[in-house]
Amino acid sequence: MKLSNISFSLANPHPRQLDGIQKLGLGLAALSLLLLIVALLGISLPSGGLTLAVAMGLLLAGMLIYARRTYLKGPAGIKNNGVWFSTLTNGGLWGWVFGIFITGFYVLLYFFPATLGLGADGAPNTGLVALFGPLSRLLKGQPASQWFMYGVLYTVAILVMGAKFAYKYRHNRYQLIRTGSVVFFQTAFAFLIPELMEGLNSNLAARWFDKDMKNMWPLDYDFFDKWHIDNMLNGGSIGLFMFVLGLLMIFVISPFLTYRYGKRWYCSWVCGCGGLAETAGDPFRQLSDKSLAAWRLERWIIHSVLLLSVVMTIAVVYSYLGVGPGKYYLTRRSFTWIIVGLMVGAGLVLVVLQRRYQRLRRNMVYIMSGLGALIAVVILINHFSGERDILFVKAASLRSFYGFYIGAIFSGVIGVGFYPLFGSRVWCRFGCPMAALLGIQQRLFSRFRITTNGGQCISCGNCSTYCEMGIDVRWYAQRGQDVIRASCVGCGICSAVCPRGVLRLENSSVEIAEPTSFIDFQR
Amino acid sequence: MHIVILGNGVAGITAARFIRKQSSHRITVISAETEHFFSRTALMYVYMGHMRYEDIKPYEDWFWKKNRIDLQRAYVERIDFETKALFTKEGHNIRYDKLLLATGSATNKFGWPGQQLAGVRGLYSYPDLEYMEQHSQGLQRAVIVGGGLIGIEMAEMFCSRRIPVTFLVREQSYWDMVLPPEESAMASRHIREHGVDLRLATELKEIVDDGTGRACAVTTSHGERIECGYVGLTAGVHPNIGFLKNTALETDRGILVDSFLQTNIPDVYAAGDCVQLREPPPGRRAVEAVWYVARMMGETVACNICGRQLAYDPGIWFNSAKFFDIEYQVYGDVRAQLPEHQASLYWEHPEGRKSIRLVYDKSKGHILGFNLMGVRYRQEVCEKWIREQAHIEAVLQNLDLANFDPEFNETCEAEVVALYNRQTGQGLQLMQGRSPEAVGRFLKGLVF
Ligand SMILES: Cc1cc2nc3c(=O)[nH]c(=O)nc-3n(C[C@H](O)[C@H](O)[C@H](O)COP(=O)(O)OP(=O)(O)OC[C@H]3O[C@@H](n4cnc5c(N)ncnc54)[C@H](O)[C@@H]3O)c2cc1C
Ligand code: SF4
Ligand code: SF4
Repeated sequence: MKLSNISFSLANPHPRQLDGIQKLGLGLAALSLLLLIVALLGISLPSGGLTLAVAMGLLLAGMLIYARRTYLKGPAGIKNNGVWFSTLTNGGLWGWVFGIFITGFYVLLYFFPATLGLGADGAPNTGLVALFGPLSRLLKGQPASQWFMYGVLYTVAILVMGAKFAYKYRHNRYQLIRTGSVVFFQTAFAFLIPELMEGLNSNLAARWFDKDMKNMWPLDYDFFDKWHIDNMLNGGSIGLFMFVLGLLMIFVISPFLTYRYGKRWYCSWVCGCGGLAETAGDPFRQLSDKSLAAWRLERWIIHSVLLLSVVMTIAVVYSYLGVGPGKYYLTRRSFTWIIVGLMVGAGLVLVVLQRRYQRLRRNMVYIMSGLGALIAVVILINHFSGERDILFVKAASLRSFYGFYIGAIFSGVIGVGFYPLFGSRVWCRFGCPMAALLGIQQRLFSRFRITTNGGQCISCGNCSTYCEMGIDVRWYAQRGQDVIRASCVGCGICSAVCPRGVLRLENSSVEIAEPTSFIDFQR
Repeated sequence: MHIVILGNGVAGITAARFIRKQSSHRITVISAETEHFFSRTALMYVYMGHMRYEDIKPYEDWFWKKNRIDLQRAYVERIDFETKALFTKEGHNIRYDKLLLATGSATNKFGWPGQQLAGVRGLYSYPDLEYMEQHSQGLQRAVIVGGGLIGIEMAEMFCSRRIPVTFLVREQSYWDMVLPPEESAMASRHIREHGVDLRLATELKEIVDDGTGRACAVTTSHGERIECGYVGLTAGVHPNIGFLKNTALETDRGILVDSFLQTNIPDVYAAGDCVQLREPPPGRRAVEAVWYVARMMGETVACNICGRQLAYDPGIWFNSAKFFDIEYQVYGDVRAQLPEHQASLYWEHPEGRKSIRLVYDKSKGHILGFNLMGVRYRQEVCEKWIREQAHIEAVLQNLDLANFDPEFNETCEAEVVALYNRQTGQGLQLMQGRSPEAVGRFLKGLVF
């Protein structure tokens, strides 16, 4: 026999069970979970931050050991073996168990924080919240709140699962850099900086920054709330700066970045919800529904949420503007006419532009109905509003309706709790007004698209299956058409999993792809 | 007019879609295998748990009704070309005005002793996949016979279930009748890296019966006996035309068609794997059993059926595959053995999992082909260079334009150019800056 035929692998090269190192990693992570549960049950643990450090350290170390071992054992490549066989990741039993567990946690967090140990009326914290006290005091000199605890857990989840994701896609630099970016933005701008700043400026009532500093309206739906505006305007030069920056972000910077790079610059590089979905949610991305019916539903729901959030914001602003000139330079009347003017102006600009841009032209009906509906709403508000109520309902109750159903139930409880049932981007796909707004911009004028490589597609369906946004990428790829979809968050996974190298994310408005149709490209 | 299409693979279904685009004829698609069209190339991913069966169907189930394409699940036993009727196993007959035969391929079996035993099967159809699935429970070892594209897919499938695999390959190196030596060596290395027991220059002698009609071992041409519970036959495919032999239809290896994909019988056409071209275009083979060819034939034949004469012109050869984790793409003329008049520039990444090969005419310097392992190149760009007979040095200087790897990925084009400079003493510079705009300009013909 030739030397090259000597096999070193007659023993089973793929032992069926987890090996010792993987078990060790999972064991450490489980131990950490155990500590958290013990804390939750109120059993007193040695404090002084040691327990917390041990718990978080065990979680980090355990998952790192596990992920390293799992993904570095074999050659780099796509690791989706058995995804549809495990009931955790195929929407089966363990998926439900996990989903209910997470949903339950969110319900407690939002509505029954006392059960997690939040001290009522200034009483000292107990249980799980108390466990996070030492870190909170270290960062900002205050006892922990349930939100502080949540922030730590959220950040740790993104860190740990981000590391796992990075091992999994270690052969793909786009994935590595993008993941580094979401981890950084979460840790710095949604956790460390706001917490430290809160420590420096502990007067809550005067806070002009958001808990998540990279959020912007409409995701940050209280940006235009009276207290927030007041605090920014009274917050000295930094407050004023944040006010101007916030407006610039909404109207200039964000549309510009979306024009250049697509909505991915935010949704899969910066955003915290996106960050969690891309890291902790990655094992569940295949569960998103790819059907045309789901796409229809998605467009109705997400645009309704956007409309609701715009109306809610207008109503809220309207409610604190006076009839005569006051401290905000604006009156109700002038505010109304500014909005109407903006809408009409935007409409006119689009009418002119549509002659040049086919994409605009095709969507003109929707755009005009949207703008028209907004103008109607604003004028109605102006006519039928009393001193307190806006359009017969109180702006405040509209605001709290939105905050409760959209802000808490949809984005939190359903958005994360349902990962194991509907995929990792339920909120981003169906509910996020920011995604809706950026999506409209992406669909209408962004240079971002996914181009297809000639006729190489074999219609296998990997791209569609692993698209977390439920986009049927294959539909476009197999006909050689660029993918330009409002909902695409540019995660790049479709391109990564494609076994034939068909897809590439690009920032460019040139039409490269020829239609694969053989008839059309007869030469 | 009633158009009947036999076979719901990519050839038949593409034809049906394009006939519907061009006409309102009645369309019936008959197939025995599955109710709906699925992507045959994705069968492996179902076994590996990457996708479910419903995920490999390129169209949702409502698509057919909406587009008025009737689907019939039946096995056609006989065709009467005189009376224009098909007879199904279930005892029905179906009349047609025009008929498209798109019956695909069947697995090659070379008369090995024991090939009829239980636990011995090829991988072509959905039932084949189910059979493989049923036999995977508790399987201790599988033997795969035949080192082609389906063989390596099958090896990957078993590996994903952690079932030990012995892979018998007749050639000296994996797929070396198609891949040049270096690429073939890389693929062979990679197969072993995944723990597959790859036996090169080894043939199947016999499959051993365990006494109950099941396979329990194979013996090889080296006289070795390998115990196994499953034998995968992947030594190629042939046109699936058994039931059409000895009819008025002219066949050879496949159904013989002219360049309009018409058979010798009026109103009967053929497309896809089952076809043998009477006059293949220069540089192409008469039988090409690949997905892309089946799709292009489906589109062409749709035009011809609808009365718009269109000759089949597949353009410049391309293909792609994936060897475990290494993607493979080929454009143009790349042969396993370099002919006298050709030269080749081969660059390989030091880690041995990526390579770029440019094949060009030795005397004139025209680019002839690209062979890529672990690197993605854009088809339109490579095709244009080949079609326009660009000079190798012009290609090298602009090589960035072809790169299609994901953003931020390490690019290797500069090293390819440096290698060329070292080998030839030239001082070529890679023009940097592969922007999509540059690619667009190039494709529109605004660069050299
Ligand atoms: C596992 C595997 C992987 C592959 N991977 C690739 C790849 O990566 N790239 C690539 O280019 N190619 C690949 N191929 C080849 C590619 O799938 C085929 O070239 C292509 O599917 C052929 O399509 P077709 O429409 O000609 O025939 P088929 O898809 O075979 O369709 C023919 C259909 O006709 C039906 N039929 C036949 N006779 C009858 C009858 N008498 N009555 C009723 N029904 C009948 C059959 O059941 C079948 O459903 C692969 C093939 C396999 C098996
Ligand atoms: S289309 Fe691709 S890049 Fe866009 S969201 Fe889906 S998987 Fe991500
Ligand atoms: S684009 Fe790639 S992943 Fe998607 S269907 Fe085509 S070959 Fe498969």
